[in-house]
Amino acid sequence: MTVRVQREDFDAGAELAKLTAGRHSVGGVTCFIGLVRDMGGGGAMTLEHYPGMTERQIEAIEAEAHRRWPLEASLVIHRYGRLEPGDRIVLVATASAHRQAAFESCEFLIDWLKTQAPFWKLEETAEGERWVEAKASDDTAAARWSPKG
Amino acid sequence: MKLLYFAWLRTRIGIDREEIEPPETVRDVAGLLDWLKGRGERYAEALANPQVVRVAINQEYAKPNDAVRPGDEIALFPPVTGG
Repeated sequence: MTVRVQREDFDAGAELAKLTAGRHSVGGVTCFIGLVRDMGGGGAMTLEHYPGMTERQIEAIEAEAHRRWPLEASLVIHRYGRLEPGDRIVLVATASAHRQAAFESCEFLIDWLKTQAPFWKLEETAEGERWVEAKASDDTAAARWSPKG
Repeated sequence: MKLLYFAWLRTRIGIDREEIEPPETVRDVAGLLDWLKGRGERYAEALANPQVVRVAINQEYAKPNDAVRPGDEIALFPPVTGG
């Protein structure tokens, strides 16, 4: 289980290679990479977070994934700071003996992360800066997995 | 008690953190938010709709009736939008 919250970009290929290096019980890895999407304005965004709580919340979600699925390894990297359309924001990777656990736990992790990890997006638009509002569809996605604990 | 503000709560209140000493009658999260609202126009406006204010006590999500104590780190922020 690894959590990294960082300003810098990441190399997904190198991260996945590191995640599975020497772990020969791993039969499959699922990886989700979130990118900054152009919402029409073409503008950049700035991600703010709550240092300390962010890591704690992601670690708790990751621990929950390990309780629910037989995972061999997992990795979450989330960036903060100013990002432009096309930039990578987040990487979630899960490794397991079999694909089903890897697929499901990866989806669980990103769904829960989106509703629990204290990050906020400030968009740059033609009309000025605007805080992105939380989406009900994200709550619905997270609720599919039923409340933790 | 240390208060932290994030995202639009930070920009509306105008500061990102402060040390406060609320009266003893402030015992829980709901009571704290009510008391904060009385501290000025900026607070009243930022906290006008408690439905969209999330609270964490010592970096764990808190509910309105959770107790607040001297020495706690209490963060106020809008619903999160990461990922």
